Amino acid sequence: MKELDTVIGEHPFFEGLSAADLDLIAGCGQIAVFRPGQFLLRAGTPADHFFLIRRGKLSLEMTAPGKDPFVFETLSDGDVVGWSWLFEPNVAQFDARSIDDTRVVQFDGKCLRGKCDADPRLGFDLMKRFARKLIQRFADTRLQLLDVYGKRD
Amino acid sequence: MHEAPEIHRPQPPTKPGCDRAKSSHQTQRRRGKIPDVTVVVARDSFDTLFAALARRGYECVGPTVRDGAIVYDRLRSPEDLPRGWTDEQAPGHYRLHRRNDEALFGYVVGPHSWKKFVFPPERRLWQLRRGDQGFERVDEPSAPPRYAFLGVRACELAALGIQDRVFAGGEYAEPHYRDTRAAALVIAVECTESAATCFCDSMNTGPGVDAGFDLALTEVLGDEHVFVARAGSDRGAEILAELPTRAATAAELDAARAGVENAADQQQRRIDPEALPELMAASYESPRWEQIAERCLSCANCTLACPTCFCSDVEDVSDLTGEHAERWRRWDSCFNPGFSYLYGGEVRKTTASRYRQWLTHKLGSWVAQFGSSGCVGCGRCITWCPVGIDLIEEVAQLRGAQS
Amino acid sequence: MASATSNVGNDASGEPLLPEPWTVLRAARETPDVVTLEIAPSAGSEPRRPRPGQFLMLYVFGIGEVPISVAGLGDRDAVVHTIRDVGAVTHALCQLGPGDTLGVRGPFGTAWPLEHERGRDIVIGAGGIGMAPLRPVVTAIMADRASFDDVVVMYGAREPRELLYTDEFASWRAADIQVEVTVDHADHAWDGHIGVVTTLIRYADFQPNEAAAFLCGPEIMMRFTAQELVQRGVDPRRVHLSMERNMKCAVGFCGHCQLGPEFVCLDGPVFPWPRMERLMAVHEL
Repeated sequence: MKELDTVIGEHPFFEGLSAADLDLIAGCGQIAVFRPGQFLLRAGTPADHFFLIRRGKLSLEMTAPGKDPFVFETLSDGDVVGWSWLFEPNVAQFDARSIDDTRVVQFDGKCLRGKCDADPRLGFDLMKRFARKLIQRFADTRLQLLDVYGKRD
Repeated sequence: MHEAPEIHRPQPPTKPGCDRAKSSHQTQRRRGKIPDVTVVVARDSFDTLFAALARRGYECVGPTVRDGAIVYDRLRSPEDLPRGWTDEQAPGHYRLHRRNDEALFGYVVGPHSWKKFVFPPERRLWQLRRGDQGFERVDEPSAPPRYAFLGVRACELAALGIQDRVFAGGEYAEPHYRDTRAAALVIAVECTESAATCFCDSMNTGPGVDAGFDLALTEVLGDEHVFVARAGSDRGAEILAELPTRAATAAELDAARAGVENAADQQQRRIDPEALPELMAASYESPRWEQIAERCLSCANCTLACPTCFCSDVEDVSDLTGEHAERWRRWDSCFNPGFSYLYGGEVRKTTASRYRQWLTHKLGSWVAQFGSSGCVGCGRCITWCPVGIDLIEEVAQLRGAQS
Repeated sequence: MASATSNVGNDASGEPLLPEPWTVLRAARETPDVVTLEIAPSAGSEPRRPRPGQFLMLYVFGIGEVPISVAGLGDRDAVVHTIRDVGAVTHALCQLGPGDTLGVRGPFGTAWPLEHERGRDIVIGAGGIGMAPLRPVVTAIMADRASFDDVVVMYGAREPRELLYTDEFASWRAADIQVEVTVDHADHAWDGHIGVVTTLIRYADFQPNEAAAFLCGPEIMMRFTAQELVQRGVDPRRVHLSMERNMKCAVGFCGHCQLGPEFVCLDGPVFPWPRMERLMAVHEL
């Protein structure tokens, strides 16, 4: 069984983070597995966590009455999900639902926020990592909006 | 692999020990060379020239006055030439005036160019009929027309050379162009006057000619109205041999040379062709294109008048029975709507992008594609632009924005 | 290869814009608006084996002609094309059935430089109908699998029903080719990825500094994919794109397909990324 900080250090999201920082962060994390259909996040509920996906697949969804959930992106090995924990009011915007058996490292947001507040250098490093992910996700969403494969009629 | 087809490109005669006023090779070339073998043909011998052409089966085409302009059309006799006419040109301006002499070639270039003969504005490429093998060609590829081009200016010789590279210089040859061009006899006439829109001198394409012709004439209006003549090919030499000629006098040679130099000296518009590809490539994002687009009507006149513009559309049609099909080629223009169509939309929707395509291609990327500028300095695009857009001025503006 | 007897096709002595008659051997509907045709020269026509990446001009009698990339090579002289119904000519092509005649010119243009990338990891990035010109690359790799290291196909489409060649994925995977597929939109019946094709790069197993990439799809998709690959360390000169422009004559006469200094019909359609990067950034070029 690997130590949690080793598991975290091997995940691309925390690539290059120092051993000391990994150790610090690991204190807020725990290994978890989500079965198919289980929700990691539910829109409108407190967003207390974020997740490093080690292996598996999950979908980001929005639900409207009378319709099947609308899946706008799937995430898989090496991805990270959840950033509402970072910002007030810490409420999840979307559903995140496991499709396969999804093995994750689940982080306690409140715990991590506390450590970031106490160590702004670490806080800034984490913020940059999340910002990069957000920008990437935002760019991907724009491409998706373009519907580039469609007939332009 | 496909061999590049042979195009008849007459070579200039060798001219050892020729005395010239200018010393630099470049200047000699563009201001013309008067070789030792030069003879004089009298104005009165043009009837003989026409007869010699007709005997060889040539259809003589050249300048003639029509609709207030000097156009290129069939010439039945020397009487069809614009004797005693000249042209006044400026941006968006063209007028014919009477000269106070009887010059046959006392003007420069008009709205037409020789491309309309070698690359007709509209041409049926083939006809098919449904048949046993699915379909078969039913039209016989016809023999190429046999033109004698009379009055080809230096810039136009350069333009023909450029179109040779476009249509017959690569992996594929356009057969009608190749054959028409190979059959055509080229009688060049050196310019002894320039229009205000001319800039061949700075493009190194004129006003004198030194290659690419079968016969070259320089008009001299002295005590006697004569043409200093030289052959550029065996075909040209044969025709010249049938004309009454005599050796040129030193005064006549001087007058011919002075005339060509006069044409070069008259040119006010200048451009630096060497620097243009780099300038064009660096100017894709220039705000100048938007400014030009405020005036440009996207009318395509410049591309139609340009002697090197070669873009065409390919159109397939069929008859009502569906048993016959044809393919037509028509002149197209990068200014036309639909030119850059990709399924669903056009790449170049705006006039700014279309003008940029035209100018950067003509002056810039043409060099990478075909080994020379696409501009020969004839000035047609300036004269025939209805709003008088002047590419010399636009180049200066783009250059100014760079520095 | 010019024939002395034929006055059709690419013969230098003939009319380069004259198609020669070919016959449809097989027609299969791939998706609601995409058809795959296998075609072969009718008797008397001069076959010229195209290379993957090149295109043929396909002519429907009396209707018109369109450039279509090679999607596969059949037995003997047969060529496979996958065609999307987007206009009058492609619509007519999609209606053809076995035994029908069409006109063919070509092949034209540049090929995927697969030979030059032997020994490398290969990243194939396809978007929508852009999978068609890349299919023969996959086939060629499978036929010579030992010459390549890791191979991954990243394929994106709008929705699952628009995916091409799905019945071939198993054989690709059996040849040790990683196949990652994503769609922009899907319902819950879809168990693959959802998201744009660039998101697949992070799931692809390849060594960027050892890899070559072949991309075909919408221009925006190719641009973002090329940028992402280069950012990850792929040599830009080893990223190859297949470009689309308005190719009307395919032989450099008509001028319609120009992209900056490039004639897409002669200099392309396959270009290395460094020759396209700047041009693709200029609007309305």
